[in-house]
Amino acid sequence: MECDEEVPDRMRLNGKGYFLWRKAKNHAMTFFSVLCLLLAVAPLVLIFSYTVLQGITALNIDFFIQMPKPVGETGGGMANALVGTAILIGLGGLMGLPIGIMAGMYLAEYGDNPLGHLVRFMADVLSGVPSIVVGVVAYIIVVLPMKHFSAFAGGVALAILMIPTVTRTTEEMIRLVPHSYREAGLALGIPRWKTTLRIVLPTALKGITTGVLLALARSAGETAPLLFTALGNRFWSTSIGQPIGSLTVFIFDYAKAPFTDWNQQAWAASFVLIALIFILSLVFRAVTWSKYEER
Amino acid sequence: MTVTQQAVHQDSGLTSGDGRGVSPAAGPSRSVPDSRRWNVGDLVFKHLTMLFAVGVLSLVFLMGYEMYAGSALTLEKFGWKFLVTSTWDPVQDEYGALPLIFGTIVSSMLALTIALPLSLGVAIFLSELAPRWLERPLSFLVELLAAIPSIVYGLWGIFVLVPWLRQSLQPWLGSHAGFLPLFRGPAYGFGMLAAGLILAVMVLPIIASISRDVMRSIPNLQREAALALGATRWETTKVVLASSKSGILGATLLGLGRAVGETMAVTMVIGNRADISASLFNPAYTMASVIANEFAEATTAMYTSALVEVAFVLFVVTIVLNALARLVVWSVTRRYRTV
Repeated sequence: MECDEEVPDRMRLNGKGYFLWRKAKNHAMTFFSVLCLLLAVAPLVLIFSYTVLQGITALNIDFFIQMPKPVGETGGGMANALVGTAILIGLGGLMGLPIGIMAGMYLAEYGDNPLGHLVRFMADVLSGVPSIVVGVVAYIIVVLPMKHFSAFAGGVALAILMIPTVTRTTEEMIRLVPHSYREAGLALGIPRWKTTLRIVLPTALKGITTGVLLALARSAGETAPLLFTALGNRFWSTSIGQPIGSLTVFIFDYAKAPFTDWNQQAWAASFVLIALIFILSLVFRAVTWSKYEER
Repeated sequence: MTVTQQAVHQDSGLTSGDGRGVSPAAGPSRSVPDSRRWNVGDLVFKHLTMLFAVGVLSLVFLMGYEMYAGSALTLEKFGWKFLVTSTWDPVQDEYGALPLIFGTIVSSMLALTIALPLSLGVAIFLSELAPRWLERPLSFLVELLAAIPSIVYGLWGIFVLVPWLRQSLQPWLGSHAGFLPLFRGPAYGFGMLAAGLILAVMVLPIIASISRDVMRSIPNLQREAALALGATRWETTKVVLASSKSGILGATLLGLGRAVGETMAVTMVIGNRADISASLFNPAYTMASVIANEFAEATTAMYTSALVEVAFVLFVVTIVLNALARLVVWSVTRRYRTV
C-alpha cells in the first residue's frame, strides 16, 4: 500500500539493525491496516447508530397505522407507504422470482457450457447497472404505453433489479448440494428433472428462500427506479394501475421538506428499512455460514 | 463474495453435464425404448430453464435497445456534440451533457481517491492479519455497509454530513488549504465534496470485500515461501499484493461502476446545479441525479429524449466497467484455482 522507504546504508550493513527496521515496518503497517479498518467501520457505526437513535424516538404506533397528514399538520404516519412498498416488492417478486429461479436452476444444473458462462457473466454485469437506469427502462416499456405512472411499472423495475441477484443466489445454493444426492437419485432411475425438482431443490430450499427474502428486502430499499414509475402517492391506494406510495420515496420527499415533523418520519422509515434488511442479512448469513465453512 | 462464488461454480463441473449423462448417449442396443434414452421430462425441463436463462441474457440487450430507441430525437439533433457541450437548458431545449459527465467523473474519482487506500488496508487486515474468529464478523460488518439503502446514506448526508462540512471541515480546509483552487468559495455544505465523501463510504465495502476475496484466493504456498525465506508479515503481504494486483484493479473498477451509477445519496447532497467548477465546495450535478430530479417533470419529447440518452450513456459506461472488472477478477482467480 505504501511505497518502500529507502533503507539507510548503516542499516544495510548492520544485520541486526536492518532486522529491527523491518520489524518496525511490519508493526507500522499492521497499525495502518487496523487504522484503515477502524476508519472504514466508523461510518457504519455512525450511520447505523444515528438512524437507530433518530428512528426509535420518531417511531410510534401512528407511523404504522395512520395516513400521512396534509401539509402543515403534525402527526400522521405512513400506513399507505408500508402497504405500497409491500405491494411493489410483491409485484416485483411475482415477476422477477420465477425468471431468476429458473435461470439459476439452468446455470446450476446445465450451465457449464458457453451459453451458461455468457448468461452468468451477463447476470453479473446486469447487477452492476445503476437502478436509475432500470427505472428509465421500466418507464419506456410500461409507463409510456400505459400513458400514466403505476404500481405495475414500479414492480417491473424492481423485478429487473431482482433477477440477477436471484439467479446467482439460486445457482449458488443449488451448487452447494453435494453430488452424492444427485447420484443417489439418478442411481435409482429417477429422471434428471425429477431429481432436480424433488431432491436437489428441496435440499437447497432453505438457502434459496433466505436468499430470495434478502433480495426482496434489498429491493424494498430501492428509491431511484420508483421515482418515475410508481411515482408516489399520499393517499390510500392498492390498485396496481395507479401511482402508489413507497417508504423510500416518502423518505426522499420528507428529507427535503422544511418540516421537522416530516424529517423525523423520514428517520422512522429509514429505521424500519434498515432493521428489515439487517435482520434478513443476519438470517441469510446464519443459514449459509456452515455451508461456506465447508469449503 | 463474488470471487469465491466463482470458485464454487467451477469446482462442481462434475454434475452438470448436458443432461444426456443420465441415459447412455450412444446406446448400441435398439431394444432400449426411446423414452429410456431421451426422457421427455428431461428435455422439457432443460429447455424450459434454458429459455429463462436466455431471457436474462436478452434482458440486457432489450434494455440497451429500448434506451437507444428512446433517445432517437436527441441522438439525431445533437449527435456526439451531446457529450461535449455544456449548456443544459430545458427551457431553450438545448441539451449538452458535459457538466453532468464532469460531475460524475469528479465525484467518482474523489470517492476512489479516498476509498481505495482505506479499502486496501481493510482487505489486508481481513485476509492477512486478522485471527479467524475476528475475520468473519468483521467481514460481515463491512458487507452490511453495502446493504444499507442509498436513501439512508442520503438522509444521513443531509442531516449529519452536510452540516458538519458547512460548519467544520469546509471552513477549516478553506483557511488552511484555500490556496488550492479545489478548496475555494463559500462553504455551502451541499456540493461536490459531500457527494465524494458519501460515495467513498458507499464504495469502500465493495472494493474491500472483493480485494479480500482476491487476496484470499492466492495460494498459501506463496505466503509460506515468503515466510520460509525469513520475510516479515508485511513483506509476505507485499508478495500477496503483487500477485493480486489485477484482481484489486477489478475490484476498483467494480467500485467505480457503483460510484458512477449511484443516484439517491448523491442527488441529496450534491446540490444539483449543472455547473463546471474547479472548487469541490461548489454544487454540481451527475448523470444519475439529473435523471432522478428531472425525469418525472420532463415535459417535452426532446427533454425526455435527452434524459433517456443520459441514461443510455450511463448504461453503456457501467456495462463496460463491470464487464472489464469481472473479466479481470475472473482471470486472476482462475489462474490460482488449479493449485
